[in-house]
Amino acid sequence: MSSLRFTLNGREIDASGADPNTTLLLWLRERGWTGTKEGCAEGECGACAVVLVRRGSDGGARYVPVNSCLFLLASAAGQEILTVEGVAAGALHPVQRAMVELGGSQCGYCTPGFVMSLFAEYYRPGRAEEGFDLESIAGNLCRCTGYRPIREAGRGLPMIADGDAHADRLSRPAPASEPVDYALGARRYFRPTSLAEATALYAAHPDAKVVCGGTDLVVEMNQRLRRFETILSLEAVEELSGFDDGDDALVIGAAVPLSEIEARIGDDPPILAALFPLFSSRLIRNRATLGGNLATASPIGDSPPALLALGAEVVVAGPSGERTIPIAELFTGYRQTALAPGELIARVRIPKPYPSIGRFYKVSKRVHDDISTVAAGFALDLDASGTVRGARLAYGGVAATPVRATAAEQALVGKPFSREAIEDAKAKAATAFTPMTDQRGSAAYRAAMVTSLLDKLWADTGATA
Amino acid sequence: MSIGRAIPHESAEGHVTGAALYTDDLVGRYPGCLHAWPVAGMHAHARVLAVHAEDALAMPGVVTVLDAKDVPGENDVGPAKKDETLFPTEIVYWGQPVVWVLAETEEAAKMAALTVRVDVEALPAITSIEQAIEQGSFHTEPGVIARGDAEGALARATHTLSGELFVGGQEHFYLETHASIASVDEAGSVLVQSSTQHPTETQEIVARVLDLPKNQVVVQSLRMGGAFGGKETQANPWAAVAAIGCVKTGRPVRVRLDRMRDFTMSGKRHPFLGRWRIGFDDDGRIEAYDLELFSDGGFSLDLSAPVLHRALFHADNAYYVPHMRVVGRVCKTNACSHTAFRGFGGPQGMIMIEDAIDRIARDRGLPPSAVRERNFYRAGHTTHYEQPLDQADRVARIWGELKASSDFEARAGAIEAFNASSPDRKRGLAITPVKFGISFTAKWYNQAAALVLVYKDGSVQVNHGGTEMGQGLHTKMLQVAAHALGVPLDVVRVMPTRTDKVPNTSATAASSGTDLNGAAVLAACETIRERLAEVAGRVLGTDPGDLVFRDGVVARVDGHGPTASFAEVVSRAYFDRVPLSATGFYRTPGIHFDEKAGRGKPFHYFAYGAAVAEVEVDRFTGMYALRRVDILHDVGDSLSPLVDRGQVEGGFAQGVGWLTQEELWWAPDGRLGTVNASTYKLPTIGECPEEMHVTLLPRATEPGVVHGSKAVGEPPFMLAFAVREALREAVAAFAGRPKLVELASPATAEQVYWAIERLSRGGAVAEEAAQ
Ligand SMILES: Cc1cc2nc3c(=O)[nH]c(=O)nc-3n(C[C@H](O)[C@H](O)[C@H](O)COP(=O)(O)OP(=O)(O)OC[C@H]3O[C@@H](n4cnc5c(N)ncnc54)[C@H](O)[C@@H]3O)c2cc1C
Ligand code: FES
Ligand code: FES
Repeated sequence: MSSLRFTLNGREIDASGADPNTTLLLWLRERGWTGTKEGCAEGECGACAVVLVRRGSDGGARYVPVNSCLFLLASAAGQEILTVEGVAAGALHPVQRAMVELGGSQCGYCTPGFVMSLFAEYYRPGRAEEGFDLESIAGNLCRCTGYRPIREAGRGLPMIADGDAHADRLSRPAPASEPVDYALGARRYFRPTSLAEATALYAAHPDAKVVCGGTDLVVEMNQRLRRFETILSLEAVEELSGFDDGDDALVIGAAVPLSEIEARIGDDPPILAALFPLFSSRLIRNRATLGGNLATASPIGDSPPALLALGAEVVVAGPSGERTIPIAELFTGYRQTALAPGELIARVRIPKPYPSIGRFYKVSKRVHDDISTVAAGFALDLDASGTVRGARLAYGGVAATPVRATAAEQALVGKPFSREAIEDAKAKAATAFTPMTDQRGSAAYRAAMVTSLLDKLWADTGATA
Repeated sequence: MSIGRAIPHESAEGHVTGAALYTDDLVGRYPGCLHAWPVAGMHAHARVLAVHAEDALAMPGVVTVLDAKDVPGENDVGPAKKDETLFPTEIVYWGQPVVWVLAETEEAAKMAALTVRVDVEALPAITSIEQAIEQGSFHTEPGVIARGDAEGALARATHTLSGELFVGGQEHFYLETHASIASVDEAGSVLVQSSTQHPTETQEIVARVLDLPKNQVVVQSLRMGGAFGGKETQANPWAAVAAIGCVKTGRPVRVRLDRMRDFTMSGKRHPFLGRWRIGFDDDGRIEAYDLELFSDGGFSLDLSAPVLHRALFHADNAYYVPHMRVVGRVCKTNACSHTAFRGFGGPQGMIMIEDAIDRIARDRGLPPSAVRERNFYRAGHTTHYEQPLDQADRVARIWGELKASSDFEARAGAIEAFNASSPDRKRGLAITPVKFGISFTAKWYNQAAALVLVYKDGSVQVNHGGTEMGQGLHTKMLQVAAHALGVPLDVVRVMPTRTDKVPNTSATAASSGTDLNGAAVLAACETIRERLAEVAGRVLGTDPGDLVFRDGVVARVDGHGPTASFAEVVSRAYFDRVPLSATGFYRTPGIHFDEKAGRGKPFHYFAYGAAVAEVEVDRFTGMYALRRVDILHDVGDSLSPLVDRGQVEGGFAQGVGWLTQEELWWAPDGRLGTVNASTYKLPTIGECPEEMHVTLLPRATEPGVVHGSKAVGEPPFMLAFAVREALREAVAAFAGRPKLVELASPATAEQVYWAIERLSRGGAVAEEAAQ
């Protein structure tokens, strides 16, 4: 099949003839939909935000904003997309009116992106009760305004009026994800909907590049100009979209967008609850997945230290079925994993009960929407007497892979959770790693954080316990 | 009344609907447009031996590869002097474009550029200010401004301190990266659409590379998606490449830098190194100040000389220094060419004395706010270049009003109590002032012209030399014109800025856009109104002097008698053969400066403001949050309060970014490591303080400026010093009452962490802080 159709601002579009390597943003702009802007082409600025109609966790249709610069055009197949040009119906939309009246735009280049993020927030079920969610615009950069008027525009948004056509749209189901097999010349894009199909396609096309949310891979395509002959997208694979909060484990499908995990876990386990708000931005989390975060095996990825601390297991699926890899064995080298050829990450299993003390810390230049200089996931199990029965202290950003400080863990186990024990652990941790200097921080700072975050753990938990 | 009304930006509806067009949005309107992509040299300094483009030329879609042979005129785009080779034989900064691929699509051009090999012989590079000083690599001779006898006064001073501070640069990060589209018409004239702050200079550079007279080149700046100084000179090379490509191929050519190329190929705010000595009395009153400044100019001169000059002019900030000597020099390094950026050297000059004053306060055990206040300019004072201060008392007035409205003293007490009971998180509160001189220091730039056209139906077009980059200039011009002609705003249209409408314009810079162009637009509109008044006087049988133009109606001042609509009067004027277009011109009066003597009145007036900031710092990581900000800023009588408030808040936020988390990181080999948004961190909504009180100073009419207003673009940037000083207060709170709190700039979380560490280890840190 080589046609590529989707709905854009309410109109059926045939985008056949486009390279499967192209992004939605480039295609939009080439076709004259220039309201959507490029500010960075790496998911940081939100100037390219567009809105998808997607199924929410309760099954209903939702407006979900995403970065079109990291969205492969082929992923749009069968989907419904709204750009800034599709927001106003005759008169300005309330979101647009608020931005105009409060001085929310100066140069206006970031504005379409803000409008799209605010648009999605406007229709978010729960806004009426919870109020405006600042996180909804945390993935949009503005260099001109200093944000205050935009925040006020968001906070002052009226409730949805009767007869709002965009609201009506949400009463119908979101488009289903049909399988896609799109080709342009020798370049192909597959979007299977079952795991069996996915592994079979991968076996048949061993050189295929796997993509899920694309928030890592498409950055590489944009920045390093990498191009692929065959792309295998996992975003629609049913078996990878599960979420099961069972008695003995929390099991999360590899393709579940992080924002959905965030919404479903609530406050538990605290390590994950603390992780997601610090993980990039809502725009990115609407696409990014755990499978992608683990498979990309970045030493500064945020979920690995958290999942290491939680003692998670990774279930992988390949041509000969499934196997389970303890997460501590997943990372085998700089950006390398224990996945065998043809294997995909299917889901992550987090055993219960959760550790009695759990903390996730992220050190970065900016609190929101930043990548870690150092990240740490700390989990301790204390018994009734306050003695440490188990400890997992995991770090990102201090070595070639996410790692645990095992000597420091041993310094804690079997001892009362005390200042002395923490000092012992710090002494062990201090010599465990030799971090590097780069643009995010010096080696000395990273090394200092290894022990300082243990002090922080003590201040946050032990000192008051 | 359109003056002083808080109206939205004139393009706001276009912004929110996506209908507003920017240069790169026009590509689709140029059928057959070719796309250019650079081949960059990956060395800080190297000789180009050969370029191998054969593979690229053989690729589908590739049309040509532009090199030096394709330049009809001069292969140089230097704006200040001819020191910027467009197609170089010597690479002088890391990532410099060597040749450009032109192809049918951007994708084809990018892929082809990857295949071009550049053979080079690496040369030794100078990659820091220190290296430049060591090796005597400078763009300029030292510039000096001095008053009194700083050396002698330092020797006599009751106390003296000395210090050194390196302040990092800053990436403009306008959301819209550089873009140009050039096309050529049947007569061989070139039209360049360019995202430029200075269309006249872009026109000049394009004419230079094409060897055309200027009347054969038209440059249009439609609107910019932000500029902040980064498009004052630095839009020129890309316009030149597009123009050369278009002349060579006969087809329109588009040059658009993606973010990474924009980062590597365009200049930034200058990094500065300052070394100072300060003398003061027991009460912390400054007796003498000696400051030596070195800026990193990068590979070419660009605007570095006037930027350095503004740093010298602003080395006093708001403080009176009886004996003062400031010397500055521009270093030549193998970096991109650093350039204008909001504040234009002023911030780098001012930060030094703010550091020094904090040192004085801690040394004397006095509150920094008290020492600042004690040193303010007072009536009768002149600056170190002996310009009198017409409103010397204004700093003190703003200071007092802001301290009261921000509840400064009470909050300082509350914070002390909070800190006493919070070992791991400390808060800091600080207040800092701003005084900023308004005018281009290049005197001839202080002129502007406008062309106003009235059509027979009474609709109006306003052309002026200023460019719109989001600062609201067009909005203000609309208000000025509508007010002067007495018509509703929607009758007036401000046109995109074009060099064939108003020639020989100045850059829209130095915060002067409204002052200069506003006066020119006003003059043009007044000429037309006077002519129309004559006509209306005849029609209405009234003395023209008794008529008012208001809301589209011409009537007698006393409200009696017949009236006529503006359109009727215009139509009548046409049939009476009265001209319906006019130019207006303005030059700033009374400014002069003798560079040799370092004396004069370089500034038409000063803008003032002050800010209070409160922060909270985490001891374990050095990470911090901005909790509350209070600002009182002087914009004269605001022409457009919504626009002005936006400038104050936006400038402040940008200043906060510069001083806190925006860190440019160069590797030792001269490669810029922070080349995109994932490594270079602008403030996000998360850094916008939850509490933000911004007030424009009331009763602040500025005589001699259009409608009593004041320039607003740059001054608020430096209000952000309050955040840096609040961070310093919080750091100090971890260590009792230290005599010295050193803080690097930018004060990233890492640097705040080291500042705390240095104090907690008694000052002598084993210099782990490997910068
Ligand atoms: C602006 C921005 C901010 C970011 N901030 C953070 C942050 O704060 N913390 C952080 O950790 N990361 C961050 N990231 C990185 C990225 O978002 C995460 O790594 C994300 O989890 C990747 O998921 P994805 O589904 O988008 O991966 P993709 O880009 O789709 O894939 C990434 C890699 O994993 C492979 N892959 C994907 N899914 C599977 C699977 N199921 N099985 C096998 N291989 C698979 C792909 O082949 C590819 O090589 C950020 C990225 C951006 C653009
Ligand atoms: S262009 Fe910046 S996030 Fe897409
Ligand atoms: S208005 Fe210019 S970037 Fe937001």
